[in-house]
Amino acid sequence: MTEKLHEYVEKLKAENAEWVSEVKDALGEVTIVVPVESIADACKFLRNNLEFDLLADLCGCDRGPEEDPRFEVNYHLFSTIHHNRLRLKVLLPEDSPAVSTVTHIWRTADWHERETFDLFGVKFEGHPDLRRILLPSDFDGHALRKDYPLRGYEPYSMN
Amino acid sequence: MSTAVKDIPSQFEAMDQSLESQMTLSMGPQHPSTHGVLRLDLRLDGEMVIKAIPDIGYLHTGMEKLFEYKKYQQGIVITDRMDYLNPLGNNLAYVMAAEKLLGLEIPERAQVIRVLMCELQRIASHMVWFGTSCLDMGAMTPFWFTFKEREKILNIIESASGGRMTPSYFRIGGLMMDLPAGFENRVKQFLEGFPDALKTFDTLITGNTIWHSRTQGVGIISKEDAIDWGLTGPSLRGSGVNLDIRRANPYTGYETYDFEVPVEPDGDVWSRFMVRMRELRESHKIVRQALERLKPGPTKADAPKVVLPDRDDMRKHMDSLIHHFLIVAEGFNVPAGEVYLPIEGSKGELGVYMRSNGGPKPDRVHFRGPSFVNLSALPVMSEGEMIADVVAIIGSLDIVLGEIDR
Repeated sequence: MTEKLHEYVEKLKAENAEWVSEVKDALGEVTIVVPVESIADACKFLRNNLEFDLLADLCGCDRGPEEDPRFEVNYHLFSTIHHNRLRLKVLLPEDSPAVSTVTHIWRTADWHERETFDLFGVKFEGHPDLRRILLPSDFDGHALRKDYPLRGYEPYSMN
Repeated sequence: MSTAVKDIPSQFEAMDQSLESQMTLSMGPQHPSTHGVLRLDLRLDGEMVIKAIPDIGYLHTGMEKLFEYKKYQQGIVITDRMDYLNPLGNNLAYVMAAEKLLGLEIPERAQVIRVLMCELQRIASHMVWFGTSCLDMGAMTPFWFTFKEREKILNIIESASGGRMTPSYFRIGGLMMDLPAGFENRVKQFLEGFPDALKTFDTLITGNTIWHSRTQGVGIISKEDAIDWGLTGPSLRGSGVNLDIRRANPYTGYETYDFEVPVEPDGDVWSRFMVRMRELRESHKIVRQALERLKPGPTKADAPKVVLPDRDDMRKHMDSLIHHFLIVAEGFNVPAGEVYLPIEGSKGELGVYMRSNGGPKPDRVHFRGPSFVNLSALPVMSEGEMIADVVAIIGSLDIVLGEIDR
């Protein structure tokens, strides 16, 4: 079922073996863990050479304050031509998590990256307009982090 | 005494410019044609839009955070409130993601009912889109006709689930309960009347020359741009890309149904309008087929530790009673793992990223709402258009702010 997806992984490895640090195959989905510094290059190759022309989704994830590396960013790639899906994953440390942007590869990443920045505090280097999108600009903290309490620290007021 | 303005947010940079020929207009958040609470910062030269900056988040209620504090079965009711025009689609994406993690097999009857209900919901959602997008452009009459049809569908959904806007009808492992007596006749009655309603809509709007001049050639987005901006669903098919998740990555047996995927080449408001109008007929076709396939059978998966037992069983069997107590009190453990499950919602690709660490509550649930992504492409479509056309473009994207802000 996932042979076709592994072919893409092999092609990615053949282009540059350093782009792939781990491959997971579970529940019919293939996840490639990519080193932080090469995510933009790997995405560019997948888009230009392997026809993954649509970034379906980009979302952050907090594994919890006790984990190291603590944060993840997941890229869900999709192709409008061969209809296959791949997940790329980068792992980020707790202190100042940052990864380079992919907005120059898929422009749809713009809002997704802003949302991830807003809710997890992950910085996307090179993003043209990185500011909060769902929460107000003076909001304190990053709400989807595991150590942020469900009800916040104090009643939030627009004043 | 001067008050220095510090840290001007970049969306207001336009205000710093000379106002000789240009002005900044804040449209919304209470504007009736923004379909909820969307605010647009429009920089205008006369009536022409030079720059459009959507400002969202007015409806943000932290739903993705809330999922992490609720058991899997409790999360279903939260999904109803995201895209409130397509709640059954949200239910389906959520429960299917959990079912994929659990590895559950869903019985045939439940699958058919899911398809049937989702397509009815798609029609209902398109009815609201049709009515409101006409209303935005000054055509008030279609609104009453579309809401009449929607009312019939809501009554059907209510008869099955008890809820009109928030059905929560799909549960992990199957359905809340089987269909009530007389359900098939209700659907048949609706199906018989719907083609006439479609004819009415065509007479009122599709063949209307005012409508043509308001929509044709307005808000154009090219095929390449549409893919680059991540548009999906009818908005993408209006740009000439033949992509439907029901065909590309089939789920709940959509590969066995006979329907067409409407595609229009021009990428303007008219194309997106026509795609949805043709989709209504296809959904009508699918509901008809699903109705023919309804055969008696179980509607819940055979997984006693996940699916609530029947009331009757609980009176007779001790183990059913124990399972019921455990599911309600403690929930059920879901094997660790992560899935991304896309379905074709009424507005585009509705994807759920779900991640479990083995407990009864999800570690992370993320909704890829089609409205969120489609709205991000609004500036591309509206820059260079007239301000009245921005309203037409928003209508053609069919956005729901509940899903965008979550």
